[in-house]
Amino acid sequence: MTAPRTLYDKIWDSHLVDMDDQGNGLLYIDLHLVHEVTSPQAFAGLRAAGRKVRRPDRTVAVPDHNVPTTPDRAKFVFEDEEARIQVETLDRNAKEFGVNYYPMNDINQGIVHIVGPEQGFTQPGMTIVCGDSHTSTHGAFGALAFGIGTSEVEHVLATQTLQQRRAKNMRIDIDGTLGPGVTAKDIILAIIGKIGTAGGTGYVMEYTGSAIRSLSMEGRMTVCNMSIEAGARAGLIAPDEVTFEYVKGKPHAPKGAAWEQALAWWKTLPSDPGAHYDMEVFLKAEEIAPHVTWGTSPQDVAPITGAVPNPAEIKDETKRAALERALNYMGLKPGEKLEDVAIQRVFIGSCTNGRIEDLRAAAAIAKGRKVAPGVQAMVVPGSGLVKHQAEEEGLDKIFIEAGFEWREPGCSMCLAMNADKLKPEERCASTSNRNFEGRQGPRGRTHLMSPAMAAAAAVTGKLADVRKFI
Amino acid sequence: MDKFTTLTAVAAPLPMINVDTDMIIPKQFLKTVERTGLAKGLFFELRQDKDGNPVPDFFMNQPQYKGAQILVAGENFGCGSSREHAPWALLDYGIRCVIAPSFADIFYNNCFQNGILPIKLPQEDVDKLMDDAKRGQNARITVDLEKQEIRGPDGGVIKFEIDAFKKHCLLNGLDNIGLTLEKKAKIDSFEAKQRGTQPWLYAAAGRTA
Ligand code: SF4
Repeated sequence: MTAPRTLYDKIWDSHLVDMDDQGNGLLYIDLHLVHEVTSPQAFAGLRAAGRKVRRPDRTVAVPDHNVPTTPDRAKFVFEDEEARIQVETLDRNAKEFGVNYYPMNDINQGIVHIVGPEQGFTQPGMTIVCGDSHTSTHGAFGALAFGIGTSEVEHVLATQTLQQRRAKNMRIDIDGTLGPGVTAKDIILAIIGKIGTAGGTGYVMEYTGSAIRSLSMEGRMTVCNMSIEAGARAGLIAPDEVTFEYVKGKPHAPKGAAWEQALAWWKTLPSDPGAHYDMEVFLKAEEIAPHVTWGTSPQDVAPITGAVPNPAEIKDETKRAALERALNYMGLKPGEKLEDVAIQRVFIGSCTNGRIEDLRAAAAIAKGRKVAPGVQAMVVPGSGLVKHQAEEEGLDKIFIEAGFEWREPGCSMCLAMNADKLKPEERCASTSNRNFEGRQGPRGRTHLMSPAMAAAAAVTGKLADVRKFI
Repeated sequence: MDKFTTLTAVAAPLPMINVDTDMIIPKQFLKTVERTGLAKGLFFELRQDKDGNPVPDFFMNQPQYKGAQILVAGENFGCGSSREHAPWALLDYGIRCVIAPSFADIFYNNCFQNGILPIKLPQEDVDKLMDDAKRGQNARITVDLEKQEIRGPDGGVIKFEIDAFKKHCLLNGLDNIGLTLEKKAKIDSFEAKQRGTQPWLYAAAGRTA
């Protein structure tokens, strides 16, 4: 009998093409996702070397980072020329190399990490990479999924493999029942607050426990999405009936006899009892409150009932300087109550929280209320299919009536590469994943939170406790 | 890719923790289809103030760090996005070696793909090198990859660890794709085996625009 293995161990073992005696492995890649910003140089490299894409059938490309979210994009109107060139370059590369492709004005277009699962390309037990750090999202299906750089994108295109060293196993167990208004986003923010942005470095984090099991696939994707914000190589959740139910019937999911065969294999994937983890972290679901960030790193996070911390209380000089810099950047004072902080912008969207369930949660708060005076709020669905579904359910009307803007799908103000960005010193309640300096526009100020919390902030004009609205 | 053997150069100090890739190169510089010309975006938001004036105590604005090829920084350097534009921008500016107590995974890997040597050292060694770096042109540092040591301006020697395979590739400027393609037979046989055990991964016709 073999020793008990974790989910990660099993995926690693079943994808190892080669391993030298120094521990350098060569891993086979089952699914390669590609977007317009991190791929042009990789395709150019292939072309220069006269190489082909080894598995075009396992390569899926979609433009998302740069695309406009305004209606005139149907006519291919771009605010800036360079962005248009990047999208057109992807169009050309996808065609030339024969990979699966969803062009900008296709209904199936969207953020790459939303499109993969939606189209059934993302499946349990796979190895999945993309030139994008939030590839960790796909770990929600029990797939080993992580971000790579452009040179590695070229390597995967050419060889369908990646040079990798084995990571360590970490288990994060969240047991219990979430309180009202507390969501998957609050779980992951609480975890990052606890272990820090480098807490997961060198690890693959597997999320376990009853609070995780009770999440929908959308919620699980939100948790795994931000694993990278804790520094982890990848996040994982063991596949179960919820996973299988989601995958079943998707366009690229296995069908008929192949489905039964796949299912039988997927069911062998969960970690064996007694499998070894190099580190374990435990949280109680009942103790997690709705969270918001106050600083310029996702670890700068607190329950909404909390206050801005005081640098004077920090001994370590570098850490104190970092905190002072963050508060100065964010325009916040030590001790200021988070619920007193006024916002001017709201962004609901991104690969963290741009799925249908997220829009439903935000709409439930927005319904029958109005965006506060002086606040500009926008909703950007994660994909064309999410947008379509939301419109079927009438969510667009709820948002528009409340005074939100309803946009075309894309990354949008998550990273502000297109025209959607904050002005200097504008403060935003955002459902995205990074609050780094300048992330949503030069000198813009970002507070990360769940979709319901962002909607509550929109109608209040301040950071707000969603529990007061339900 | 250029080889990395021994480098003697001025080291620039960046005494900050959690320097993320958005700080190294903000997104407005990512709209390129090239790998070069990115130095213009390096530390764009750190090196100038809100009115666009140079921040006087940032190393890029100080004459004593002109031509610096080594960067000494705080823990968790390179966290955030996977953008390889971060090492491309460093390289375009001339940086060939980054020294820090710890690095984010993806950034660390991306460095090796571009002939940049990232060196992890204990905090006290980094503190020592940070002091050296603060002396600008008066303190040139030598990084010797073959011997895995850093020789300071005052004769001190600091040893560092590095993965043997990564070292080999850097020393010889080896292209990873070429190395992997030598294993083509192994990749072929992996696929043949997987086609038997997981046929559904080979069945889809794919949907091509
Ligand atoms: S939504 Fe944001 S985090 Fe997600 S892929 Fe797009 S830019 Fe990256």
